[in-house]
Amino acid sequence: MPLVDAKRHRIHRFAAVQRVIGVLLMIFSVTMLPPVAVSHFYDNAVEHAFLTAMLVTLSSGALLWWPVRNGRSELKIRDGFLVVVLFWVVLGVYGAIPFYIAPRPEVTIAQAVFESISGLTTTGATVLVGIEHLPEGIRYYRQQLQWLGGMGIVVLAVAILPMLGIGGMQLYKAETPGPVKDNKLTPRIVETARALWIIYFGLTVSCAVAYQWAGMSWFDAIGHSFSTVAIGGFSTYDASMGHFNSTLIEGIAVIFMILAAANFSLHFAAWRARSFSVYRLDPEFRAFILTLAGLSVVASALLFGSQHMDFGESLITGLFQVVSYGTTTGYTTADITHWPSFLPAMLLLASFIGGCAHSTAGGMKVVRVMLVFKQGIREVVRLIHPSAEIPVKLGNKVVSREVVQAVWGFTSIYMGFFVLLLIAMLATGLDLVTAFAAVAACINNLGPGLGEVSSNFAGMNDVALWIGTYAMLLGRLELFPLLVLMTPYFWRR
Amino acid sequence: MKIIILGAGQVGATLADNLASEQNDVTVIDTDPALLEDLQERLDIRTVQGHASYPNVLRRAGADDADMIIAVTESDETNMLACKVAYTLFHTPTKIARVRAAEYLREDRLFESDALAIDMHISPEQLVTDYIQRLIEYPGSLQVVDFADGRVRLVGVKAYYGGPLVSRQLRELPEHLPGIDARVAAIYRRGKPIIPEGDTIIEAEDEVFFVAARAHIPKIIAELRRSDKPVKRVMLAGGGRIGLRLARVLEDRIQVKLLEKYKERARYLSEELSKSIVLHGDAADEGLLREENIEDCDVFCAITNDDEANILSAMLAKRLGARKSLCLINRPSYVELVEGSDIDIAISPQQSTVSALLARVRRGDVVKVHSLRRGAAEAIEAVAHGDPSNSRVVGKALADIKLPPGTTIGAIVRGDEVIIAHHHTVIEAEDHVILFLVNRRHVKDVEKLFQVGLTFF
Repeated sequence: MPLVDAKRHRIHRFAAVQRVIGVLLMIFSVTMLPPVAVSHFYDNAVEHAFLTAMLVTLSSGALLWWPVRNGRSELKIRDGFLVVVLFWVVLGVYGAIPFYIAPRPEVTIAQAVFESISGLTTTGATVLVGIEHLPEGIRYYRQQLQWLGGMGIVVLAVAILPMLGIGGMQLYKAETPGPVKDNKLTPRIVETARALWIIYFGLTVSCAVAYQWAGMSWFDAIGHSFSTVAIGGFSTYDASMGHFNSTLIEGIAVIFMILAAANFSLHFAAWRARSFSVYRLDPEFRAFILTLAGLSVVASALLFGSQHMDFGESLITGLFQVVSYGTTTGYTTADITHWPSFLPAMLLLASFIGGCAHSTAGGMKVVRVMLVFKQGIREVVRLIHPSAEIPVKLGNKVVSREVVQAVWGFTSIYMGFFVLLLIAMLATGLDLVTAFAAVAACINNLGPGLGEVSSNFAGMNDVALWIGTYAMLLGRLELFPLLVLMTPYFWRR
Repeated sequence: MKIIILGAGQVGATLADNLASEQNDVTVIDTDPALLEDLQERLDIRTVQGHASYPNVLRRAGADDADMIIAVTESDETNMLACKVAYTLFHTPTKIARVRAAEYLREDRLFESDALAIDMHISPEQLVTDYIQRLIEYPGSLQVVDFADGRVRLVGVKAYYGGPLVSRQLRELPEHLPGIDARVAAIYRRGKPIIPEGDTIIEAEDEVFFVAARAHIPKIIAELRRSDKPVKRVMLAGGGRIGLRLARVLEDRIQVKLLEKYKERARYLSEELSKSIVLHGDAADEGLLREENIEDCDVFCAITNDDEANILSAMLAKRLGARKSLCLINRPSYVELVEGSDIDIAISPQQSTVSALLARVRRGDVVKVHSLRRGAAEAIEAVAHGDPSNSRVVGKALADIKLPPGTTIGAIVRGDEVIIAHHHTVIEAEDHVILFLVNRRHVKDVEKLFQVGLTFF
């Protein structure tokens, strides 16, 4: 019977993915333990929520894993799309369980999933208000979700997305030293992933220590270090970083946000070469720093002119907000809605540029914006010199035409989806400013927006939340894996 | 002296011609019998047919007792290997190789005696690149020659109406330029050389060659011409090795446009260069040149491999309004033909290579020999060795030295100091003396003059 045969074949075909996801879920269930411990320590009654969630997750994982545990099939490049998408979708859904079943907060399914995905995609948009009154277990769990999401980005996205050649990121594929095998995920990736994980972990520890030294309690320091290094933006307080009202803490946050938004391969190279010149020579990092510096000057100058702030205050506020939005972290220290409307708009648009490729930051990524810009310049020069040969270069390296095309494709699809999602948001009854800001905040994995969503998404209807959830996944997965899965070509053999 | 020349191409042939006429035993090796036959007919030399780096071929050419090997075949690898073979098997004292690829030239260690054992390597592309670069440095110049590692330069310029020194006697020069010492070495008037004297009057359209310390040169040029604007825009036609090198050295300071005929090569060039604009197209395409504002171009350099294309595109560029046009010419007979026409300067890589090689081949005391424009005069840099007892120059005032006819001393370089020659200047040991000869036949007499008597050894 050909039908049965095909079916068996299909099961076989995705067995490797099923195994990976099963294992992933089982590992993920273990991460419910620290919140249990925290809940226990602070003696609040949310332990059972985490234990239940853990049990559900563990058994689901085991059920998925058991039938295919002996499978010999290896992951193929194409399976990579499925793995990265499922990583965030499946974990996002299971991660929502504690929010939903805990007595506080009271949330709908849409809100729970939104909160969980917002954590895992390191967006930092929240549906919760009165966070400081929530049980410590939940407060800790949100931060931890971001950290895990950041780790997922570092390990999965950094190691796997370039191999899939998404949106021009194959640019970096050639640069990984040593031979990269083309058809399966080799130990090479495991090694890369491990190195990146160590860097990620190291950054987190130093960030936590620095926060604690600057005056946070250990609970806040660890929580905020999680969301800083993951470029997430969740805070254990409604007022975000503004709660601490400390220039020192803001300064530390600025440094670690920049570090986390830099290309992790750069950290790796700098660590290996024991030299900082790697950063200085990297064109993307330079452009990133210059952009942030330029925007900070503009923001500080405008704040100094329009708000009742002294020079130092406007400087640090401007810098902090620009870095927070520019890296797509989304911490706030001030209510930006009271600022001249140019500034919030500029900050929101800066989040489209986002951080560097291969970082935990969101947005379109600096390197893509650079390439689009350079390609634009190239077209202009070509009009003046019709017979000139003008290659697009990053630093001294020529960028191949395919990469430039892929980047253009990425940019236009990104913008296209932005508009589509904006229309969809408007259809749910939001006003234009709120809808615009909400989509930007979600698709760029930024977090806070403007209008009704300037500090949280609590007032949003469920449909808008689902749209936001989808936008966060789109942005986090750099569009294409999600789109690939939505085409029949992927499922056809 | 017994000399083996590997390669009977243009450089090899010109060298053989020069060396054979200077009483050397010359043997030429090449794989092409036709080339060898042609040489054999014209010159009094020996020829051996075969692969230049094979030991048996070298042995047949008499490598066992040769004093010098000059490897100028088309292939860098053959040239370098031949030198190594000669060093290992025949202990040839002097080995000279032409090496073109910058990839080799970058590594100085390669040429040391425990490695490839090449005593001197010559890169024609480098010579031409340096030459053009110097010309661009002085916008009004026709020829710029370095002496004593660039401390002294010989510069040729065309005098214009309105230049402060034009229509004046040469002896007024010091009054015009207090504190600046310069010496006019030769003047060409309507294509004929004049030996400059104190009462010679510079006329407009004269080509004036003078020697001076490097720092003083722009001021002297300004005396002979109304001020030239510095070069800001250069167009290079031909993206070969020379084009690429030139573009690379120039692009940081001035705007460079590089024309290349082949699409693939143009693409490669555009990737190699950072600021230059690489254009794909034909150098003789009037439409393209106009489109790229040839009329605003300060210097146009035609540097393709094709002489005729170079000449035509350089002429075209000049007609279309390029301020100055340079042209690379391989065939010696074209050089004189072209200079003084629409094309301002003709550059011969062969001539540069040959003069660089000859300087080495001739007695060690003569460091450099340069043919001035049109080849009718030579500039020589010679080192004075010995002491008053055994040398004919050391310890003597310039006025007392018996120079061959038509020879003048232009400058003396003593350590880092540049002394412009005057009658009473006394030459000391190890001075670098720069001389001019109107007639190249006397080069040998100058060599003899600077040779040290037997007692020196």
